[in-house]
Amino acid sequence: MKPLVQTEKLGKYYPRGGGLFTRGTFTRAVDGVDLTVGTGETVGLVGESGSGKSTLGRLILRLVEPSFGRVTFDGHEITSLSARELQPLRRRMQIIFQDPYSSLNPRMTVRDILAEPLRIHKLTARGSEEEGRIVELLKRVGMRPEILDRYPHEFSGGQRQRIGIARSLAVQPDFIVCDEPVSALDVSIQAQIVNLLLDLQEELGVAYLFISHDLRVVEHISHRVVVLYAGHVVEEASAERLYRGAVHPYTRTLLAAVPGNEAARRALPVLADATSPARVAEEDGCPYFPRCPSGKVGTCDVTMPEMSAAADDTTHRFACHFPETR
Amino acid sequence: MSSEAPLLSVEGLCVAFRTERGAVRAVDDVSFSIFPGETLGIVGESGCGKSVTALSILRLLPTPPAQIEDGSLHFGGRDLRTLSERELEAVRGDEIAMVFQEPMTSLNPVHTVGAQIVEAIRLHRPDSRREARTRAISLLERVGIRDAATVVDAFPHELSGGMRQRVMIAMALSCEPKLLLADEPTTALDVTIQAQILDLLQSLRRSSHMAILLITHDLSVVEHHTDRVLVMYAGEVVESARVGDLFRRPAHPYTRALLASMPRLGGGKRRTRLPTIEGVVPGLGNLPKGCRFQERCGAVVESCRAERIPLTSFGTVEENRMVRCLRAEELAS
Repeated sequence: MKPLVQTEKLGKYYPRGGGLFTRGTFTRAVDGVDLTVGTGETVGLVGESGSGKSTLGRLILRLVEPSFGRVTFDGHEITSLSARELQPLRRRMQIIFQDPYSSLNPRMTVRDILAEPLRIHKLTARGSEEEGRIVELLKRVGMRPEILDRYPHEFSGGQRQRIGIARSLAVQPDFIVCDEPVSALDVSIQAQIVNLLLDLQEELGVAYLFISHDLRVVEHISHRVVVLYAGHVVEEASAERLYRGAVHPYTRTLLAAVPGNEAARRALPVLADATSPARVAEEDGCPYFPRCPSGKVGTCDVTMPEMSAAADDTTHRFACHFPETR
Repeated sequence: MSSEAPLLSVEGLCVAFRTERGAVRAVDDVSFSIFPGETLGIVGESGCGKSVTALSILRLLPTPPAQIEDGSLHFGGRDLRTLSERELEAVRGDEIAMVFQEPMTSLNPVHTVGAQIVEAIRLHRPDSRREARTRAISLLERVGIRDAATVVDAFPHELSGGMRQRVMIAMALSCEPKLLLADEPTTALDVTIQAQILDLLQSLRRSSHMAILLITHDLSVVEHHTDRVLVMYAGEVVESARVGDLFRRPAHPYTRALLASMPRLGGGKRRTRLPTIEGVVPGLGNLPKGCRFQERCGAVVESCRAERIPLTSFGTVEENRMVRCLRAEELAS
């Protein structure tokens, strides 16, 4: 598969603490991530709140400026581009959010919401061409053109998410960051949106970075899954392989915590209740060490584990000194 | 369990909300009982009436716009509907406690968690401040907080979401309630913490013989943490069953469709279309005549649209199941 999006050692540090005369420290939200999304591929990104998954999604789109590292999109290094140089590439990269209510302007009708990206990127002439494209977009996401003059508050959560998806499709993107797109929706509506995303990928060949804390949905929709902990990729593999044979203790804990996995949970020691996985910059060693049931003092708390690949599958990579056996 | 008298029994509960477009019934003829030491789950999507049902038990809904129109609420032999506000105050927190979804908004940000637990204890007990504080620390330990002696002096914002929810549970347990109403207690928490909190509730239930009413939208939470389940849809109970029976053989088309639309871990059918329930829940203001699920049901027939569908028994007598569907027996076999 041709790589569409690639990050190299991508990171974002946020300053924290410190006053007028004292030096603060940094929170490492994202800390040196290498990630690849292929053309037409879905990569699931999982992790707890504070793991940096949303920040990573925004860094790739340069909605957040990286502290270091590179992002390459379809062969173009975009981290050093000016806003003007970035503009033509922006059209090809979109994002949909968890809460489509707060990301849709409440004063704009559906027509205006969908016309805006078309006008910004000058994709259609105003008038009948624009109108035709808007109607086509609505149909594409399973909504009727009669709703064009309505406002976001008149719709349910699932319908608003459809409008958000239609807006992102308006510019015919190659890549969409889906940031918890179904987390706020009811179960029956979740399935509708998951199906819509699958259909769109099949028809349009769009690639997704699918960010979610729900491992069941991620397993269902993804080709590959990347597990993030405290800003670091701790494991990545094909969806099938990860769910059957994760080797990182954190991934195994995450899988065991899914309701319905009681047997797996009983086999695991109780996970320490960390306040937040985000770390300050002075700490060494594996970020998961404070919570890890199999961490060893003298190794895990002093040295950051390197990324290594499984012997029988080089696409299954993990960062752990003492990986569990499959 | 069945030889005992129920701890809580709700009969024919109807709750209406006054709106600009007239009154709508958010809860329509809901009945159930909870026995000591039992966990009853109420599951359903947003707007189905599950939270309104829980809030009505303690009469916590603002009136107006809400009003309990009909039904009885009996708790330990007393009629909760006829208690005075003062008598009810004594039941709340002491005999029936409640835990909500978002622990940050239910804790007071300007007091330490210890002070808040002490207040809860002293509201219902003659304990001295010192005794109550000792009790607060032991409660925090009981909900799995390791350095309870430190946490007792922390402010809510200094704690993680999981820790705050543990504090809320500690506070709810402070007077050893007989019944805990837990409304989406883990929905706002990370999956690893969610598992811990649900396990904690179950172990507390076992050790103290407390009953739990667990309100959730997540069927898989219900599957593993309850004894019996009510499934609600558009204000009505559409199905009630023991949890094992429900998952083995769901009786209502809505329950079946909900179960099918949930992706399962290691489910195998990766990247295929999920079965969906097309359409949306009808608005409470314009419910169809007959079955409320008719517009979204694949098995609808003419008689489903004629009149309100009664809740009837389903399966064997021993299963003690109820379902609101004319074709349940025929479709489930």
